[in-house]
Amino acid sequence: MSLKHASYFAIMAVLLVLVGWLQSWSVAMGLFNMCLISAIMALGVNIQWGYAGLFSVGTMGFVALGGLAAVLTSMPPVPAAWSAGGLRVLAALALGAAVILVSVLIYRKMAKGVGRAVALTITIVVGFFVYRAVLDPAVDAIESVNTAAEGYLGGMGLPIVLSWAVGGLLAAGAAWVIGKISLGLRSDYLAIATLGIAETIIAILKNEEWLSRGVKNVNGLPRPVPYEVDLQQSADFLAWAEWLGLNPVEASSLFVKACYAVIFIVVLALIMWLSERAWNSPWGRMMRAIRDNETAARAMGKNVTKRHLQVFILGSAVCGIAGAMLTTLDGLLTPGTYQPLRFTFLIWVMVIVGGSGNNWGAVLGGFLVWFLWIEVEPIGLWLITNLTSTMAEDSAIRLHLLDSAAHMRLLTMGVILLLVLRFAPRGLIPER
Amino acid sequence: MDVLNALVLLSNFVLLPAVSYGSQLALGALGITLIYGILRFSHFAHGDVMAFATMTVILVTWWLQGMGVSIDPLPTALLALPVGIAITALLLLGTDRVVYRFYRRVRAAPIVVVMASLGVMFVLNGLVRLIIGPDDQYFADGARFLFTVREFRDYTGLEEGVGLRVSQLITIVVTLVVVAVLFWFLNRTRTGKSMRAFSDNEDLALLSGINPERVVTVTWLIVAVLVTVAGTLYGLDKSFKPFTYFQLLLPMFASAILGGLGNPLGAVAGAYVIALSEVGVTYAFRKFLQYLLPESLEPSGLAQLLSTDYKFAVSFVLLVLVLLFRPTGLFRGQSI
Repeated sequence: MSLKHASYFAIMAVLLVLVGWLQSWSVAMGLFNMCLISAIMALGVNIQWGYAGLFSVGTMGFVALGGLAAVLTSMPPVPAAWSAGGLRVLAALALGAAVILVSVLIYRKMAKGVGRAVALTITIVVGFFVYRAVLDPAVDAIESVNTAAEGYLGGMGLPIVLSWAVGGLLAAGAAWVIGKISLGLRSDYLAIATLGIAETIIAILKNEEWLSRGVKNVNGLPRPVPYEVDLQQSADFLAWAEWLGLNPVEASSLFVKACYAVIFIVVLALIMWLSERAWNSPWGRMMRAIRDNETAARAMGKNVTKRHLQVFILGSAVCGIAGAMLTTLDGLLTPGTYQPLRFTFLIWVMVIVGGSGNNWGAVLGGFLVWFLWIEVEPIGLWLITNLTSTMAEDSAIRLHLLDSAAHMRLLTMGVILLLVLRFAPRGLIPER
Repeated sequence: MDVLNALVLLSNFVLLPAVSYGSQLALGALGITLIYGILRFSHFAHGDVMAFATMTVILVTWWLQGMGVSIDPLPTALLALPVGIAITALLLLGTDRVVYRFYRRVRAAPIVVVMASLGVMFVLNGLVRLIIGPDDQYFADGARFLFTVREFRDYTGLEEGVGLRVSQLITIVVTLVVVAVLFWFLNRTRTGKSMRAFSDNEDLALLSGINPERVVTVTWLIVAVLVTVAGTLYGLDKSFKPFTYFQLLLPMFASAILGGLGNPLGAVAGAYVIALSEVGVTYAFRKFLQYLLPESLEPSGLAQLLSTDYKFAVSFVLLVLVLLFRPTGLFRGQSI
């Protein structure tokens, strides 16, 4: 990393400090934490796009799977729900998997013709209705257990940090399925298929209440760091806060955010280290060769489709990890808030702006773009207030513009993306 | 009689909505497939261009309503349509000039142009929300029904009825006209033929003296018509909400791929397949089955295959099936 590139990170740090100074330190710390998570997501997309040139727009789905993993790992199990229908749900899912397996076997083993079509149709139709017959009553039973507070199976009651790995695994599994289907075809197909899987995953999270409580949300996920309330009770902490000259409420909030920041930095550093190792290894060289000339790489005996699948799974897993971390930080899972613009396309802007094919670039892009995403709104509001200050206080146009300041961020992101693509297509920190 | 009742019920709740939704999707998917065939990239801003186009139609409609203009029983929006098309055409030609033309000149990889369309998507998304806001807007006026369910029942004496909404009729008629004119244009006129030639083999088309910039301009103009009509019809039929239009991207792309990317006929067929499956899979068939089955066999539940939240999953599953079994689409699209 040259001095110029290092100075970009320094400027980023100054910007964050400025926020702390002008707005509040708590806001700055919160922003910093989200920047760290965004950087990890950007690393995941960079693995897919920068390393291998795969155009996947399903990031939102993998991030949401990470969020689900956080719930499934850390929430305490609901024994009443389990005894009401837990095993039956599992049986139904196994049944569903068996139907798919049998269908695949029929398709592979039987000769092409009317017989195969009939057998397949019967298996799938009968299988679907049997599956629903087992699943539906079990789901009803689970969802009627203490509906207001539970109504779902709960999780495994394990420490939430474990869920980050689980989130990675879940995302990797989904990526394997979708990659198997759409890789090796035209590159646009992967894009549309991943767009579809992302929407489907969100639909499942919203709809399968026995699994994720759907739009009723899961609140109060356990934390890997202390609670503010406990800190404010502790005499040691109070003494420490007084020594720093902060009031206890602010100090506790800052302390909790700093704890998160430390853990997130460790994870980011680990993923960064692994990514750099991979980039500089023979494997990384091979991926770049495939990206730059698929035909030549294939002629050298590289199995392009398999390598694509591998790198697609790896990148998705990183996004899953980031998703679990995000849900951990929020302390709640709200399936309704996953929107493709924020969780897929924004991450793409981060990678392109930062510099695709460069891990440091992706991290910088994650920081910078997230910073702008949050700060454009107050800046836009300030601009509009000043620009329209000559208008009458109750002018309709002025009020409308003030109301819409929040949408300035979409416009800004688009303009930034277009400008970078046109004038600096290699991004802020280009690939070496 | 029961069979007739069941069929009427099905027409009212599945066939009619699916046909009008399918027509709207078809117009959108035609735009995607034309852009793919001629400009050779997946136009990710399609949903947001549609939102922008519909927004201009809505604004003009409001202005007309304010002036007291009305073509009752038809919705005023039809009158505003030409203005909307003109503004959208200007927008599309403008983005082409500012954004896409550069990449054509340097012969950039298709994926880079797709990225640029993501940028356009963000900008339009922001622009639409800045101007009209993120909320639902209803702009249908004029008569609501050609005939209602009650009128149909009284007339035929059946227990069930079909109600034909004016918006549905307009959708179907307008789509028929637009698609017919488009196919006539592509197959019969000189410009249309040069477009198809350009789509089939760019080098050969250039060699025979076809002006590529002219082909591109005509394509954007056609897309402007398609997208504005599609968006307005969808808005009249349901309502206008920027985010919903953005989400239409998936079913529209699925339709285009299902029919074979770059193949206009395929896009239309694909759109109806997607629409019919989406509506059919999420419809509760209980009442329908009650008419057909003896009492002992009647279903106890709603007999709904999937809940309505899964409608996007339907496009996705159909897409996956096509990718697995017939990657070039039902009608053999381009295999670039």
